This record gives sequence, structure tokens and C-alpha cells, in this order.
Amino acid sequence: MSERIKTGDGGIILTNAEDLMNWARLSSLWPMGFGLACCAIEMMATYASHYDLERFGIMPRPSPRQSDVMIVAGTVTFKMADRIRRLYEQMPEPRYVISMGSCSNCGGPYWEHGYHVVKGVDRIIPVDVYVPGCPPRPEALIGGFMKLQEKIRGEHPLAPELFLEMQDGVPA
Amino acid sequence: MTFEDIKQILSAKFGEDIGSEEKGIQPILTAPTNKIAELCKFLFEDDRLYFDYLACITALDNGPVLATMELVYNLTSIPYGHDLMIKILFPRNMEDQPLPKISTVSHIWKTADWHEREAFDLMGINFVNHPDMRRILLPEDWEGHPLRKDYHAQEKYHGIHVRYENE
Repeated sequence: MSERIKTGDGGIILTNAEDLMNWARLSSLWPMGFGLACCAIEMMATYASHYDLERFGIMPRPSPRQSDVMIVAGTVTFKMADRIRRLYEQMPEPRYVISMGSCSNCGGPYWEHGYHVVKGVDRIIPVDVYVPGCPPRPEALIGGFMKLQEKIRGEHPLAPELFLEMQDGVPA
Repeated sequence: MTFEDIKQILSAKFGEDIGSEEKGIQPILTAPTNKIAELCKFLFEDDRLYFDYLACITALDNGPVLATMELVYNLTSIPYGHDLMIKILFPRNMEDQPLPKISTVSHIWKTADWHEREAFDLMGINFVNHPDMRRILLPEDWEGHPLRKDYHAQEKYHGIHVRYENE
């Protein structure tokens, strides 16, 4: 800790636009307020005062058009699959998906005899972070969000593709 | 009122068609399939019986070898406090044949509406004169009736692989 007393006189932060943009994005991840099964109960507990996702700037939004991240919390049935795909398509970019719990990761306990369950939500929409558990504890969901923040921190929203190719040696 | 009393009243009205299975914990009344609606109407309207509550309709598939299906009706009379289980047995359709047709009881007990829709959705039993005979749980364009013994899930639904293995 610095010994300097804060005066409010303003200082200088040196950064680049990408880091600033990434920092802003990862500090206010707004998930879409929806849940599908028992995982949603854990998700709601994570939002509530005990675990308080608001600390991370995470607050649920009532519309996909205001959301940055979709938490697929629960069993994805084939009947629901069309709706999930539609909701994902309604979200503005950049958008992220957290798959919460075994059902949404791979079909969970329904993997063999669940004729009605999609065997992993990644069969219908791209997933950024998988949170294992049945259901995952709130700590695990918070862990999932921190993984997502890590991922966003390393993104290059402004860099031209040519630059990325030069950096990695492979096309982005 | 005991099961024997109920059976006697019904036998007097419907004759020899009424049978019973009394080996289990709860005695079961067996009835001819084509008389189920008539029988239920009588059970509902008769002053001595007054079965005003249909607790459940259960559908059973005995598989393609036995080629039969069953429907089990559980009734209760709330004012009298007596219960009755009725079972009907009927032939099951094979693939490419029309679904078995059973008279609805939804005009007697409103609750039968959704019970019968569920039996239609998962077991493939067609209820005649039902006001709204369509699937209740699965999507409208689903193929087959999943709780049948010889059910095989479809390969794909709206382009999504249904089984766990991708191929």
C-alpha cells in the first residue's frame, strides 16, 4: 500500500484501448436471467446475498438484448433447444455462454436413456466455460465466471487479423 | 362401501362383463374396454357410488410379444370415502397400424383431459371424443411414443443428434 494520501487531484493511468475494453467488459458481465432446472436454484443462490455475484458486477438482466452472458443452468430438452438457440441469437455480441452442471455439459444422468434431453448444450450453441457438478455449488459457478473473466482478459477485440496472425503464426 | 358391494352394484347393471382380480393389496375391477365410458358415467352418477374424483389414469404397455396394453383408472368418492381401481385390457397396435382407440372419460371428469393427453403422448393411446387430443409434454413434431417397449429414439431432432454418441 502506498503511503501517499489521496488528494483527488487525478493521476495518469497508462494502458491500451484493448486492455481498457476488456477490463470494462469483464467487470460488468450481465447474465440473462433464466434457468432450466435445479441448477437454476444454485444459480439464484449465487446471485443472492450469501454469495453476492453483484460483487463482480454480475447482475441478471430480464432481456437477452441487454445480456452479455447466458448461463445454461439445467437440463436442456429438445423442446427447449429451439428456444435457447433463439435466445442466444437475440443476444448482442460479444456474447458468452457458461454451461452450468452435468446436464447442460453432456446430458448428465440422461445421457443414455433420456430420449428428450440434448446431450450437451454445445450441440446447439458455442460454450465458453463448462462448470461441472450436479448441481455445481455457488463457489463453482463463481469459479466459472472467473474463468470467463480470464478468457475475456486475453481477448483482442480491436487488433486486426493480420496482427494476430503475425503474433501466433496461425490464422485467428 | 366395500369392493364386494361395488362389484355387486356394477354386476347388476352391466352383467357378466364385470370381473375382478383380488390377489393384490388393492382389489381391481376388470371391465370390457368398449364399456369404459358408460361404466364411468354410471360410477359418477349413481347415488350409492358417487365417484366424484378421478385420482389417476395409468397406461401400461405389455410389449409387442403379448401385444396388449392396459389402462388403469383410480377413482375416489370424496363424500363416501371409498375407492375403486378399474383396469381395462386391449390389443396393442404394431408399427404401421393405427393407434388403439379408447373412449374418453374427460366429459365426466375434467382431470382426465390431461391424463389422457399424457397417455397419448408417451404411450400412444388414442382417446375417442377427447376435446383436445394432442401431445402434452413432448414437442408437437416428435416421432413415436417414448414409453412403449419397442420405442427407438429418432436419429435427429431439428438437426440435433438425439443419442449421446454422435454417429
